[in-house]
Amino acid sequence: MQQTIAQKIIAKAAGADSVSAGEIVTCAVDLAMIHDSGGPRRVKPILERLGVGVWDASKIVLISDHYAPCTDAESAAILKLTREWAAEQNILNFYDQQGICHVVMPERGHLGPGMFAVGGDSHSPTGGAFGAFMFGIGATDMAGVLATGETWIRVPGTIRITWSGSFGPGVAAKDMALKMCATLGMDGGDYQAIEYGGDTIAGLPMMERMTLANMAAELGAQTGIVEPDETTASYVRAAGADPGDWQAWRSDAGADYLASHEFNAAALEPQVATPHSPANARDVGDVDRDDIDQFYIGACTGAKLNDLEMAASVLKGNQVAPGKRFTVAPASSRILAEATRNGTMQILMDAGANFLPTGCGACAGYGVGTLAEDEVCLASTARNFQGRMGANTSRVYLASPYTVAASAVTGVITDPRELLGTAV
Amino acid sequence: MKLTGRVWRFGDDVNTDLIAPGIYMKSPLEELAAHCLETVDASFAASVKADDIIVAGKNFGMGSSREQAVQVLKHLGVAAVIATSFGGIFYRNAFNWGLPAIVSAETDGIAMNNRIEVDLAGGTITNLDSGQSVQSDAIPEHLMGLIDAGGLVPYLEKMLNN
Repeated sequence: MQQTIAQKIIAKAAGADSVSAGEIVTCAVDLAMIHDSGGPRRVKPILERLGVGVWDASKIVLISDHYAPCTDAESAAILKLTREWAAEQNILNFYDQQGICHVVMPERGHLGPGMFAVGGDSHSPTGGAFGAFMFGIGATDMAGVLATGETWIRVPGTIRITWSGSFGPGVAAKDMALKMCATLGMDGGDYQAIEYGGDTIAGLPMMERMTLANMAAELGAQTGIVEPDETTASYVRAAGADPGDWQAWRSDAGADYLASHEFNAAALEPQVATPHSPANARDVGDVDRDDIDQFYIGACTGAKLNDLEMAASVLKGNQVAPGKRFTVAPASSRILAEATRNGTMQILMDAGANFLPTGCGACAGYGVGTLAEDEVCLASTARNFQGRMGANTSRVYLASPYTVAASAVTGVITDPRELLGTAV
Repeated sequence: MKLTGRVWRFGDDVNTDLIAPGIYMKSPLEELAAHCLETVDASFAASVKADDIIVAGKNFGMGSSREQAVQVLKHLGVAAVIATSFGGIFYRNAFNWGLPAIVSAETDGIAMNNRIEVDLAGGTITNLDSGQSVQSDAIPEHLMGLIDAGGLVPYLEKMLNN
């Protein structure tokens, strides 16, 4: 039977030759990722009630990022509990305040093609960029995985999304993701598996592919897988892991797709999603040049090395508009180190940026950088739900790092191509 | 199993950040619950009663994996959520906490404050005010098993003890 990548990975994890969409199977989990918010503080009491420890500490990655660094006694207690549990359960793959889970995991060599992985976070589909089947689950589901090493799954159908052509300067994977949200809607993924392909995506570096896979969550998909190729294998090797037989993880010719969608990158304009949904995205030229209080480059979606570099390319020689705040929270400590080495951080500093520690920061309103009543933010993050970044009356627009940076210079929503000196 | 309760009607795309706002996520459950859905209906958390049933549009619970979105609804007494469709992670979380998440696209005739009866096994939803009955999608058998057990933890407890 012809199978898609998603079906092949699930079949392997279920110990079956093949699986069919709609079938419910039990899968062995290759990797379980948990963070400080949905992790130890939630799973510890459940494991204690069940009277068991974790099934295999070597297959667990624990990352503190949501409340990192702590801002008060409550968040300090959450992080303390996280560290104590890591020691108690002998979790050696514990990264304390080293960055955001979805970025730290691959950069430390924990992800590769063909893996069946779960994460205690809704942006876990990011792992799909590496050819893994990775999806988000809640804390009780995770406790079940930690106790047994298994979980159930209703085999999803596969939705093929193909991007063709090259996009122009000032346009990025984030614009592709927002365009898909606007076109397909936040339930367009229907909790199925998205498979990204086509020459545009084959030409993207890993960090841009991560943005696409990450925002499969905003499409309502269970996961978003990019066909692994030499780019994937090189990244995985450089991170110190073995990409294995990565060529095996591609869909068979004639495999059954639930739906196919085609997009043209050459026609893609920078996108801006207006409050309060990523599905409100439209061409930047069709959005009012609204006044913004806070410009934010942050989150697993929008503060990777290439995201910081995009912002720097616009800000070089420019200044953040007077009275505006331009806030940057690099997605990991390694990214911060590299961006410092290659001069990116200096450009951002010279332009007047202020910096938050690496971590989830303001994106989900858990820690620092949140918004006051009626404030307006333009962010490189994935979600602009009402009240997500702070007060209920605050409003969040979403865009690429190029567009966030360009808008920070003018103070209003701006097409980055105006500053990059390219024709609009 | 039959549930009878009063209806809270909500629209499409009620997300996890509205149900369990991030700024209260480190607070005790009671405090988080007090802010449940306040942006959509400021009266909800204070007025919702035990056995009430939420009837919503498409993609209920989309967004975050935070299962507190299910826990606060349970804490406030919500007995079931009926929606045209659910966010995938919320759907799993709901059954893991023993909260029935019922898919039905035929709820247009059900209004705020109607009293309804939900037959979980048979899939029938009856509006006790109008007498009209509609059908919901069948709850998969293994998920009914979680409801019967009272959620995933008691289910696992039983499994691991056997």
